[in-house]
Amino acid sequence: MTDRNKYNLIAYYPGCALEGTGTAYNTSTKAVGKALGLGLEEVKNWNCCGAMEVKNIDPKIQTYLSSRVMSIAANEMGHDVVMAPCNGCYHNLKKAEYDLTHDEGSKEVTERLSSKAGHETYKAGQVETIHALDWIKGAIGEEGIKSRVKNSLSGLKIANYYGCMYTRPRHIFPEKDKGPGTESTSAPHFMDDILEAAGADNVDFALKTACCGGAHTLSDSDTSTRLVLNILQAAEESGADVIATECPTCHTGLEMHQIRAEKTLGVKTNVKILYFTQLLGIALGLSPRKVGVHENVSKPMGMLRDKRIV
Amino acid sequence: MTTFAAIDAQLDAMAAANTGTREDADVLMRLGEAVLENWLVANDKTPTQDKREGFRLLALHAQGAKGDPSFNACRETCREAVYNFNVAQAAADPGELSRAVATMRRLVQHLSLFISGKCQSAQLGEFCCSSRPLRQTDSEILES
Repeated sequence: MTDRNKYNLIAYYPGCALEGTGTAYNTSTKAVGKALGLGLEEVKNWNCCGAMEVKNIDPKIQTYLSSRVMSIAANEMGHDVVMAPCNGCYHNLKKAEYDLTHDEGSKEVTERLSSKAGHETYKAGQVETIHALDWIKGAIGEEGIKSRVKNSLSGLKIANYYGCMYTRPRHIFPEKDKGPGTESTSAPHFMDDILEAAGADNVDFALKTACCGGAHTLSDSDTSTRLVLNILQAAEESGADVIATECPTCHTGLEMHQIRAEKTLGVKTNVKILYFTQLLGIALGLSPRKVGVHENVSKPMGMLRDKRIV
Repeated sequence: MTTFAAIDAQLDAMAAANTGTREDADVLMRLGEAVLENWLVANDKTPTQDKREGFRLLALHAQGAKGDPSFNACRETCREAVYNFNVAQAAADPGELSRAVATMRRLVQHLSLFISGKCQSAQLGEFCCSSRPLRQTDSEILES
């Protein structure tokens, strides 16, 4: 079992998407942390994690970029836990940790660039990188959430969509698949657990880790639109009112391609898309505005009112 | 070999008919296999007739994934299809059977979209979640 106090005050790495298209995720993550009495200290002068673009040109540079974020958290701020709510950032920090443990070439490049940039070199194992789901689950847990719920999500049917980078590839997530209480890479459930504790009715959702074509969304929008539409339709057929997300790229992709599917394929879907932190925040008694619901493109307020959630 | 166009046409016809029978589950399993056969043939491989955990679909997926980490982006899709196939075979009431077949249809549809997307752009799934170990050579990947 996780030591709950371990996550009470941690380094927070929002990443670039949470300052752009995913601002509602940033707002709601911070608001939920505050409501739960958990401290988040933003990593000072953070940089891009190397995302997809850098990684594909030179994965060692991506490893260095991610390591710099972890180095600042560990060596300049004294933290041993870094929380990244974005799947891409989380994935890249985990990948950097893996590379620095297993690949001498990555270590050499990181040492050289860290020295050149004038900061201490990150050493594998200095910090534990966690996702926002690990943070809530580890620091508060289901029982803790149940005891704090002021506005149950009862009656709200939710399809939890984890996307791909939260669990793949498996080898960079050595802490997962360790049995009861740990996350599963083939059938992730932390978001399901958290939202169920907040009163929601989770539906069976077979496409919870299915590819949305996200990284191809600009170069091959039609493929992405069809993949997303299938995910949206599968959620609706499962009876979901809402798709809960835990990644700004997934969230934006679902919302944008929902509109694009209607425009280009003439297929309208009505399922709403909300970050799990928005739903949890509302359950904890925060106002929809406080968790940024007004920024959601899928306009979920009417549905939330109909369900008497707000 | 069944083409993607024929696969999609059958999936659409099944959606329109909405019968939700065990025979539909059998057809969907064959369609899923046909999707993966397309990828393997396009990559100059002979689709295996072997089974893994009792299913050719899983053996075909394993064959396609060998040396191509991005292919793992559809691993859970295949496994969920198998799971729902089993649910359909064991379903005690028509509602449960119908739900399992409808879910399976969405999964096979997704598989078809993903693999046909990869046939147009092989890097689909490689850019993001596979985190392809670029420092390894193809032969090292094949040995792992």
